[in-house]
Amino acid sequence: MAGAGEGTGRVTAQLPILQVVVPLLAAPICAVLRHGRAAAWLAVLASWSVLAIALALLGQVMAGGVVSYHIGDWVPPIGIEYRVDIVNAWVLVIVASIGAVVTPYSVASVEHEIASRRIPLFYAAYLLCLSGLLGITITGDMFNVFVFLEISSLSAYALISLGRPRRALTAAYRYLIMGSVGATFIVIGIGLLYVMTGSLNMADLAGLLPGVWDSRTVKVAYGFLGVGICLKLALFPLHLWLPNAYAFAPSPVTAFMASTATKVAVYMLLRFFLSIFGAAFSFDVMALDRVLLPLALVAVVSMSLVAIFQVDVKRLLAYSSVAQIGYMILGLSFASITGLTATLLHLFNHALMKGALFMALGCVVYRIGSVHIDAMAGLGKRMPWTMAAFVVGGLSLVGVPLTVGFISKWYLILGALEKGGPWIAVAVLVLVTSVMALVYVWRVVEAAYLREFSGDEPTGEAPLSLLAPTWVLVAANLYFGIDAVRTAGVARQAAEVLMAGIGS
Amino acid sequence: MSIELLLALSLAVPAAGTLLILLLRKSPNAREAASLVTAGALFAIVLRIYGVVSTGERPELVLAEPIRGIPIALEAEPLGVLFALIASFLWIVTTMYSIGYMRGHHEKNQTRFYVFFAFAIASVMGVAFAGNVFTLFVFYEILSLTTFPLVTHAGTDAARRAGRVYLGILFGTSIAFQLLAIVWTYAVAGTLDFQAGGILDGRLAGIAVPVLLGLFVFGIGKAAVMPFHRWLPAAMVAPTPVSALLHAVAVVKAGVFSVLKISVYVFGIDFLAGAGASVWLMWAAAATIILGSLVAFTKDNLKARLAYSTVSQLSYVVLGAMLANSWGVIGSGLHILMHAFGKITLFFCAGAIMVAAHKSEVSQLKGLGRTMPVTFGAFFIGTLSIVGLPPTGGSWSKWFLGVGSLEAGQVGLMAVLMVSSLLSLAYLMEIPLKGFFQKPDEPPHHEGIHEGPKWSLVAIVTTAVACLALFLYPEPFYRLMTMVAGS
Repeated sequence: MAGAGEGTGRVTAQLPILQVVVPLLAAPICAVLRHGRAAAWLAVLASWSVLAIALALLGQVMAGGVVSYHIGDWVPPIGIEYRVDIVNAWVLVIVASIGAVVTPYSVASVEHEIASRRIPLFYAAYLLCLSGLLGITITGDMFNVFVFLEISSLSAYALISLGRPRRALTAAYRYLIMGSVGATFIVIGIGLLYVMTGSLNMADLAGLLPGVWDSRTVKVAYGFLGVGICLKLALFPLHLWLPNAYAFAPSPVTAFMASTATKVAVYMLLRFFLSIFGAAFSFDVMALDRVLLPLALVAVVSMSLVAIFQVDVKRLLAYSSVAQIGYMILGLSFASITGLTATLLHLFNHALMKGALFMALGCVVYRIGSVHIDAMAGLGKRMPWTMAAFVVGGLSLVGVPLTVGFISKWYLILGALEKGGPWIAVAVLVLVTSVMALVYVWRVVEAAYLREFSGDEPTGEAPLSLLAPTWVLVAANLYFGIDAVRTAGVARQAAEVLMAGIGS
Repeated sequence: MSIELLLALSLAVPAAGTLLILLLRKSPNAREAASLVTAGALFAIVLRIYGVVSTGERPELVLAEPIRGIPIALEAEPLGVLFALIASFLWIVTTMYSIGYMRGHHEKNQTRFYVFFAFAIASVMGVAFAGNVFTLFVFYEILSLTTFPLVTHAGTDAARRAGRVYLGILFGTSIAFQLLAIVWTYAVAGTLDFQAGGILDGRLAGIAVPVLLGLFVFGIGKAAVMPFHRWLPAAMVAPTPVSALLHAVAVVKAGVFSVLKISVYVFGIDFLAGAGASVWLMWAAAATIILGSLVAFTKDNLKARLAYSTVSQLSYVVLGAMLANSWGVIGSGLHILMHAFGKITLFFCAGAIMVAAHKSEVSQLKGLGRTMPVTFGAFFIGTLSIVGLPPTGGSWSKWFLGVGSLEAGQVGLMAVLMVSSLLSLAYLMEIPLKGFFQKPDEPPHHEGIHEGPKWSLVAIVTTAVACLALFLYPEPFYRLMTMVAGS
């Protein structure tokens, strides 16, 4: 901190806690504000400061290594520690960037889709969800993970139930049941680990666990954690809550959740199984790679196939999300640096592409009120900017060069080919499913550009307040597709840290 | 002006042309003038690049670096220059032709047509000057995307179905096979740069070599090697200028050009010949040559017949590359040139017949040669060039391909070439013969001469004369190809 003023030095040191506290405190203020617009702008302000903090943290970590923050100055492992290394700094940036783009987008979208008296409550739940996700990512304490997981999940159930179709309620209820089962599994796993080691601090656990590797309790804990987290990240066949939840939630909620919630769950999986249990234990003892590989492949193939036959475009993209999560888990199952790099890159890249796509759909909902594929016929002429955004996002999903989707595919295939032998078949499957993505994306594009508009009332382009944030993400899809050296560099560094374990 | 700047301009000029066309959309004359000026400027730029490259220089330009070690880079080398010369010159001619055709045919959305046309040419320049396999792939995909609106231009159900086949096959093969081949190449070679003599020698051996080459050849769907040729006949729903420039020249030649370039600069012909990796693909190409000709026979629709003829002729180029000797490579490169001029003439004629006489089927053409003598005369010259008879340029490429086959010890392929020439003579010569020597079924609507629009006629005569001129002056192109084959 030499050179910096004492004041700024203090603030910089407090960044880890501010990352969570800023949205956490803004949430109740939103709830008591009676005015929807005021709550909206407070939320925008909070989300932008969150992004600034996340970027600053990434900068700190890249410059000086791990940042450790002791809450209330209680020294870990007794006290709660927030611990930021390159891995979670990266995930924080992903979550915060999506938050910073979706929040201003939600201003107009929410006014259109949610009753005005509920708008302040919407922003309260939204900010709680954001702080929950950030909390899971930043904390170095196992029980703290569970606490933030519940904060983010409960607020997510509320957000989904705000969707206009009545079926949003059943979708939210289903998510609540399955999410609670998942959370319970996770807390049981954490409890068992506590019984065995007497510690909840991640770094501490990583040191203590090798001593009790042989214990059946630890293996059972591993299983509970695995199933619980896979429920949260919607890994096939534990994905059943996701399509309805995404399809019926309000547009900004879908855009936000699809780009962040599952990504944070993937982060949890990586953090727990690679950092805490260690890559050696996961891959050599528990055969994590051999368990995840078939699930990931089935997820990618079957869900891409299901997506092809959807007529509701939001649900189509929801199934595509389950398939894309399959790609992330596939990268992990390679158990190699390149594979993990692909996983971590795809966390970011998929957030960008799905965010852009769901936001474009939100624009369509704003004007047409439906995202049925027939309702979207002829939209290419009526909403040129919206549909152009959809096309770019869709091409990115397919993995066309010059988009971020290509970069993910590149590392994924490279990872498979590096392993050689039968893994070439995996590379082929990745490519075949890309072609399937082309099919489902192109169905929408064709409807929009090559069919005549069927509605009778004239429809115009979506307002700028929706288009501008959408195009920010579209531009990011292109920018990070043309210049991926930096993102791939961070992802690779993070992959190396994960494979090495938390101690080093 | 620095040569690197010229390389950038070869992409930037047609791209900027689209803006100009958009700005001038209110006045069709100004819009078409903008198209012509852009095309002329591009050709001048490519000529300058040719001047430099023919002295042995290899200018390079890095545009971006998406993945470390894999830049998007342009590099001018003789084969790319040959392709760029063909595409940019024929763009001028096609623009003239389009002016007559699009107005004479009362097509809608003409501005969109010219805009995407210019975009497509920009991507073709990217393909021609790609400095590594990745860059080639990028522009190859952009070319598929920018030509899609041209194929579906009519907006009808048939156009939509055709568009689906078009994009499905081109994207499908490029993602499923070509991308796999590219990542594989990178994984074993550690680079994707085009280098004289190839980058794979000593790094790949055994069965992997023919498999990788097969992934490239079939992954480049634009080369239309069977069974991935269906997109080409489907694309014929597009307006005729699109069929003429893109689906007889720019797009399909981008495909076979990629196959040739990858064979020479990624595998290297010596490595291919040594490994015997390309033998099975020679026969895949030979099968396409024969089958394409046979299918062409069955088509009464003129454009469909020309499309299958193109499928067949494209595999000549693939075959030349697979022969893996310098005669084959020279013949292959020259065939890109000769077939381009021959086939574009035929398509121009087909479009002129459609505009002037509203005929699209071969069986309707009886006696039409008497009312459209110039068009049918040009069709005759184009046919000679496709078949490979003197005094047209097509005889040179057939000659070198034949020599290459014998050099490779494949007498069977020589027979395939001969049989296919006879077949194409039969199914193409039928058209001028019908036109000139048969009596029309019904009296013609027009007395005396009634040719197509005059802008179109200028284009037809230009390319037909070029077919003849290339017989007398193949020298500069032959020299370019010897530089490729010798490197």
